[in-house]
Amino acid sequence: MSALDPLTLAVIQAGLGQVCNEMDIAFSRSAFSPVIAEADDRSSGLYDRDTGALISQGELGLPVFVGTMQYSTRELIRLIGEGRAGPPEPGDIYIVNDPYLGGTHLMDVRFALPFYHRGELFCWLQNTGHWPDIGGMVPGGFSAKATEVEQEGLRLPPVKLFKRGVMDPEIYAIITSNIRIADQRIGDIKAQAAALKVGERRLTELVDRYGRDTVAEAIGEIRQRAARLMRAHIATIPDGVYRSEAFVDSDGVVNEPLKIALAVTKAGDTLTFDFTGSSPPCRGPMNSVAATTYSAVYLAVRHIFPDTPLNAGAFEPLKIVRPEGTFLDAHYPRPVSGCAAEVSQRIAEAVFLALAQAIPDKVTAAPAGSSGNFALGGIDPLKAAGYVMYQISGGGYGGNIEGDGISNGCSTIGISKTAPVEVMEQYYPVLFRRFALREGSGGAGWRRGGFGVHYEVELLRGEARASFVMDHGRFGPPGVLGGGDGAPNIVRIHRGNEVSIPEHLSKDQDIPLSRGDRVEVMTPGGGGYGDPFRRDAALVARDVIRGYYTAEEARSLFGVVLSADGTVDAAATAAARSRLKRSA
Amino acid sequence: MRRVVGIDVGGTFTDLLLYETGPGGERVRLAKIPTTAANQAVGVLGAIAETGVAAADLDLIIHGTTATTNAVLERKVARVGLITTRGFRDTLELGRRTRPRPYGLFGTFEPLIPRELRVEIDERMSARGEVVVPLDETALAAAVGKLAGMGCESLVIHFLHSYANPAHELAAGAIARRLWPNEYVTLGHALLSEYREYERGTTASVNAAVQPILDRYVRRLQRELEDQGFKRDLLVMNGNGGTVSARVVARDAAKTIMSGPASGVMAAAATLAQSGIKNAITYDMGGTSTDVALVHGGVPQVSAELTIDYGLPIHVPMVDVRTVGAGGGSIASINAAGMLQVGPQSAGSEPGPICYGRGGTLPTITDANLVLGRLDPDRLLAVSQPVTVAQVRDAFGATLAKPLGLGIEQAAAAVIRLANTHMAGAIRMVSLSRGHDPRDFTLFAFGGAGPLHAVALARELGIPEVLVPARPGLTNALGCLVADLRQDFVNTLNTPLDTVAMTEVGAILAAQRERGIAINAEEQSEIVETTVLHGADMQFRGQTHLIRVAIPRADVSREELQALFEEAYFNRFQVRLPEIKAVLVNLVTSVIGRRRSFPIGALIEGGGRAASAAAAIIAERELFAGGRWHLARVFDRVKLPIGARIEGPAIVQQVDATTVIEPGSVATVDAIGNLRIDVFGASA
Repeated sequence: MSALDPLTLAVIQAGLGQVCNEMDIAFSRSAFSPVIAEADDRSSGLYDRDTGALISQGELGLPVFVGTMQYSTRELIRLIGEGRAGPPEPGDIYIVNDPYLGGTHLMDVRFALPFYHRGELFCWLQNTGHWPDIGGMVPGGFSAKATEVEQEGLRLPPVKLFKRGVMDPEIYAIITSNIRIADQRIGDIKAQAAALKVGERRLTELVDRYGRDTVAEAIGEIRQRAARLMRAHIATIPDGVYRSEAFVDSDGVVNEPLKIALAVTKAGDTLTFDFTGSSPPCRGPMNSVAATTYSAVYLAVRHIFPDTPLNAGAFEPLKIVRPEGTFLDAHYPRPVSGCAAEVSQRIAEAVFLALAQAIPDKVTAAPAGSSGNFALGGIDPLKAAGYVMYQISGGGYGGNIEGDGISNGCSTIGISKTAPVEVMEQYYPVLFRRFALREGSGGAGWRRGGFGVHYEVELLRGEARASFVMDHGRFGPPGVLGGGDGAPNIVRIHRGNEVSIPEHLSKDQDIPLSRGDRVEVMTPGGGGYGDPFRRDAALVARDVIRGYYTAEEARSLFGVVLSADGTVDAAATAAARSRLKRSA
Repeated sequence: MRRVVGIDVGGTFTDLLLYETGPGGERVRLAKIPTTAANQAVGVLGAIAETGVAAADLDLIIHGTTATTNAVLERKVARVGLITTRGFRDTLELGRRTRPRPYGLFGTFEPLIPRELRVEIDERMSARGEVVVPLDETALAAAVGKLAGMGCESLVIHFLHSYANPAHELAAGAIARRLWPNEYVTLGHALLSEYREYERGTTASVNAAVQPILDRYVRRLQRELEDQGFKRDLLVMNGNGGTVSARVVARDAAKTIMSGPASGVMAAAATLAQSGIKNAITYDMGGTSTDVALVHGGVPQVSAELTIDYGLPIHVPMVDVRTVGAGGGSIASINAAGMLQVGPQSAGSEPGPICYGRGGTLPTITDANLVLGRLDPDRLLAVSQPVTVAQVRDAFGATLAKPLGLGIEQAAAAVIRLANTHMAGAIRMVSLSRGHDPRDFTLFAFGGAGPLHAVALARELGIPEVLVPARPGLTNALGCLVADLRQDFVNTLNTPLDTVAMTEVGAILAAQRERGIAINAEEQSEIVETTVLHGADMQFRGQTHLIRVAIPRADVSREELQALFEEAYFNRFQVRLPEIKAVLVNLVTSVIGRRRSFPIGALIEGGGRAASAAAAIIAERELFAGGRWHLARVFDRVKLPIGARIEGPAIVQQVDATTVIEPGSVATVDAIGNLRIDVFGASA
């Protein structure tokens, strides 16, 4: 058999994926930041030596990084070529977090390792980890009010943090002098570098075994085949232009919605994504950089066709018109802290809403689509120590042809788990009054949306400041094919006897809290799928027994009338459904 | 005469091993009959009858059951009610913000306890175990009555921070037990006293959901055994690889989940110990999935973070078995990109592989083994319509070989190797990802298909030796026969090591030890020696993941524990962090009552062995390996003499498995009847 028989190809493809998975696992298990260790907000991949194109990325990595790291690798290679970054040597590891150099937001810090095989540069290994703080005007980095990137934290161009295997203490000192709670960063930095070393060792074994030429040839072939698979998927979509719109509540500074206008054109075996007509760059931090915008499109398409391998070939049939002049292609010094967590999810939502018109059997109604970032920073008088607490939240997923959406699903762009309430209360001076399913939040439909979360957290000791970057406060996640929208996000601040709602609904920062004050959050439900009047009345009755909806909602949303004992009144239901339908 | 029986009820077969010792020497009897799914007890009694020994003449029965695992996976569980802290009735439904798969937004999740059966009452503890809201006993009694009235058969009482202070759960439990119509009341902290309300609550709800099922089953089995005159002890396997008395097993019913795979690993550990092997990877390949686990330093690795199904973590210690969806029934196909793929679709046992003749038309791993001569075409499992090798070859030709531009054999060989690559990935995950190099391990192969693939798989991984035990298809029953009595305990401290009161550490460990010894005392006559293992789950301050550190004595010193932790951390992650404080999160103790050992060598009776390896040859057959056909000798396993040496290519057949010895590998029958295969023998 030739060097590239079908089997060798399949074995090398699986082997490259395993290199990435092992890097991901090593990184999470040894990390300190709970954002990485518990929430898995990190990703690892292999990238082309000359172009930075994605060779392979782990299934266990955060989806939003699916496309971004190939851009940051490309920028790194460019800067090395221009003499603006030092040339690579074995044992070097570069650090970079500049959003405009193929990044996301400043908290996502990348490490890049040039991979040498027997002295020759073969490819790049890169990982991204979300650091719990990178300096800037608010603890945790999710400022809702920043108007320039300098306010968001420390920005690093690609510099060698490790030179020939040894960490540079001067660069380390610059970093730790500019971030909060710096004493724990040494653990994360060592973990992030060690994870790349794990990958280096496994990839060396793979290349030793099959030979450099064979592996290189296989990488090329795997890429072509991924493109072929994606083209085959695209070919199943009817030709046409599918338009959608999605809205970010506001940029946090100017209280106006930001519009994403999308036209998806399917022709032959390519899909073209055109964001012309989207809002211009904004003053607040809801700008997206191009790398994140592209990645959001890629991850949305992969949610629709999950069996496509993760490499640059899969992206080839996806043409994205560069969204110049819009908030989806921000340049220095536009603030960008909301791009990875929120704007990316509105972009994915626009992709879902457009393609739901074409292939409704493969796309769900809109999911909650917010990371629900809530940061609380202060000093705990009991421990006499500062803290930054993060709470992320899920929401309902969209109804779909197979069933109802799940409740408290993870953000579209993430795979991060929330920390248990018991862990939060161990670490921080807070008490959760409730952490519950948000009743009534799932959008009505033939298949209804899943439910959001309703939680309420009380400050037990000292003073603190609360900041949020969430979304879908103005409009709920849209339903499709006649399904209703999921409930919008709600934040309420209980201070003393006053209850207030932030001006920007889902975004605010530095809200002062005292002992006994509470923050209440209700996250969005998923959109409904199909006509709610076609939903099986018995399922509606079950949902009422479970307390998901009230009997009144069963009637008004689903046209189902229940008897006193909770069972379906079939005659009254039929009458109500036909009457309500006529009046609609 | 003393007779001990190990019986494992698997998905397809009920397997039995009976071990007799007496003045006249020792003897092993075997039985294998189809599992009776509706009432597993029928199959258990049938297997005993098959041995020809009356139940009345048995001294001890150790039983492994899939009753609880299957009940959860199929959601055929008892109706359970939950009483919980106000504001937290949805903990079990919301989980921790996940989705079933990393990509794709489809999927559903149904909690084991539906929402209308979850009731909130006023009570609250703080994270430090202080009462924030007192327990409302009146509301509690009302909730108990309400849930009983709604037809719940078992009850869970799960309060926040009960690991820190169980007072409310204990008080509520005492009230509930007076009112509840049966014994099925589970307290949240009873199975594990560890933080993480979703995982702890789910573990408790799984326990309550399977408790009535297991209790009824065990009582019925006991009664039927007694009807046949059996008056002695019945032990039941747990997922931690130990056993408990049938009289108390239902109390912690969740611990019996995954006990089948655990018994296989315990059998492997016992066999390896008697073969003088310390480090092995166990590899159990069946019809739909493959289980792998690690035995390191002679000890099966145990984890308390396993998940049995999406959204159902069970955080009680279980033998750390990883499952991949590749088995004999996995289907091979060509995807839209023209790539060969194996799985994840499986033909299962219905319709099964093409060669089973039950209507399967898609090529599977088993079919590939048949095409390549690795399986005996004369021993096809065809039941209704006989299938010929030619028919299977045609299917490979049309669906795989032609589109790939390969010969039929090459296509079948590619299927085998790709399947091996997937299984190799799982093995790397249990070895490399924990800092172990698979090349330092022996591959212990069992299950129906394990020995077929093991040598080729070992080559893929660089593993130097494969061990195929005497009875690969009865390994789980052997696990029952050799399992120890084992109790595990966890208590959460979550305190920096430099401030923890070491006297408290000593007191907790001693109390855990006492509890374990008290439970094992139920079966004191079986125990020849008791071993107590203490450990600590530790981390550097600020981390969330834990690393398990073995503690030599209950009165360990602070400095000693610090040093042990630093060493364990370095071994795992190759990083030292002198800048950061260590935190003692959990104290754990395992109390292991060692039972009399079983001589592995007795599994194949000496009397049937031939004088030489040559005399054990029963046939010759064409075997495709290394890219060409070979004429391979076929040996009868039970006739192979101790010390026999077989050079590959060769095939060793026995009733319950087929072992393929690839060209270049050399097998030897060791002193206790294991087949030991030197994978790279000829090339060394």
